[in-house]
Amino acid sequence: MPPADPPSTAAPFDPARAYALHPQVALRPESFGALAYHFGTRRLSFLKSRTLLAVVESLAHQPSGLAACRAAGVAPEEQGDYEQALATLARSGMICERVA
Amino acid sequence: MTTVVPHAGTRLVDRFERGLDAPICLTWELTYACNLACVHCLSSSGRRDPRELTTAECRALIDEFERMQIFYVNIGGGEPTIRSDFWDLVDYATEHHVGVKFSTNGSRITEDVAARLATSDYVDVQISLDGATAEVNDAVRGDGSFATAVTAMERLAAAGFAGFKLSVVVTRHNVGQLDAFKAIADRYGAQLRLTRLRPSGRGADVWDDLHPTAGQQRQLYDWLVLRGEEVLTGDSFFHLAAYGDALPGLNLCGAGRVVCLVDPVGDVYACPFAIHDEFLAGNVRDAGGFTSVWRESDLFLELREPQSAGACSSCGHFDACRGGCMAAKFFTGLPLDGPDPECVLGHGEHALDARGDADTPRPSPDHSSRPRKVAVALTARVGTPDRRPDRSCDEHPLAGFTTDSATATGSAPAGR
Repeated sequence: MPPADPPSTAAPFDPARAYALHPQVALRPESFGALAYHFGTRRLSFLKSRTLLAVVESLAHQPSGLAACRAAGVAPEEQGDYEQALATLARSGMICERVA
Repeated sequence: MTTVVPHAGTRLVDRFERGLDAPICLTWELTYACNLACVHCLSSSGRRDPRELTTAECRALIDEFERMQIFYVNIGGGEPTIRSDFWDLVDYATEHHVGVKFSTNGSRITEDVAARLATSDYVDVQISLDGATAEVNDAVRGDGSFATAVTAMERLAAAGFAGFKLSVVVTRHNVGQLDAFKAIADRYGAQLRLTRLRPSGRGADVWDDLHPTAGQQRQLYDWLVLRGEEVLTGDSFFHLAAYGDALPGLNLCGAGRVVCLVDPVGDVYACPFAIHDEFLAGNVRDAGGFTSVWRESDLFLELREPQSAGACSSCGHFDACRGGCMAAKFFTGLPLDGPDPECVLGHGEHALDARGDADTPRPSPDHSSRPRKVAVALTARVGTPDRRPDRSCDEHPLAGFTTDSATATGSAPAGR
């Protein structure tokens, strides 16, 4: 029985820290990117590019959010956009910080 | 504003209108049996159908949902908890990574059930209530149903189940009670969910008398705009977007594109408000099962093609309301490529007047326990000529979804 609202108390996203998909989140790849569903908060998110999906999938294996973007091939000039996307996902609890 | 979207110019909504390989979520009516006989029942429920899916068939269907990665199903009926295998199926679904939200009139939410539900992360509950007072509610849902729903909410709250849903179909008689509904939801730690009255099922018989007036629609819209995402709507009021700002949600008709309905006998319809042969895509018992129906049925493939805006094409608000609800149009006898019967610009009323007394499609099938056409005690007919009912969508499976095209992700509470 989940909270009605997504957690908002988490620390702001920091690209230098290590993250992972929340354990209660399932990803479904789609042609436009992916659907992400959080079974705890019952919220659905849309990842609007395949690259963003690749970033999110690599979070758990990379030492930082920044490294995950690099590993997924995000160009330096797009880095800011992807960090904002990750920050959105962190705010809604889709991804969470982990011990690196 | 982030621009992580590599396909600039392609809105997510446009992608969804072309359909996905699997529904985002779906509605699954488990039985036509019900201990109530609500006058506006979308599925004309009452008596069980002897052809209803067996436990084994239900489990096989859940296996299919899991393979298709359908994150959750909205279970309804009838009253789904009447099925003796209901809790087994809920457990089976959650064990197979298919989340469950089920709608109930509350009659089987005992203290034990409430305690059990409160411990599950994967099961959500939606209590139906259509009046903030017994007088208004029971006129639609039957004597004693208000007390039953309140008792169920008390038990869920006492068990510590936070955030269950209080689901209200907005009618002419309860639209003045929105604040009272919100207060009830707050009292029990629930989230309020308002949905549109559809002329589907038995709703066809009472739509003329119960659907909100034009003035009430505006009142509802203003109220919803103030509440934002605090109140869920199941995306069911997207026709109101023509008033101005869109309400939170995907604001599209997902029928056969990102949502559908599986009925108790396994028939697959485009949406929960379209139980009619016209919108029947196939049956899960067919060769290829649900997957083939979803991916290959002629009906669903047709719905994923670009749709004509018809009479609405010259309207400057078409991008906002997208012509409204297909089922509402169909069951009121209006063309599918014209205005919604509740078009906020009044085009629907004109279309209904122009249509005159022509026969409207009758809902099919009908599992009502009693003869149809139940008088609604509270009804005060507004002076309109006798007009056949219209139908629209009420329990849109995407209730609550929003997308924010300004960011690389969009999100919303998935509780419809």
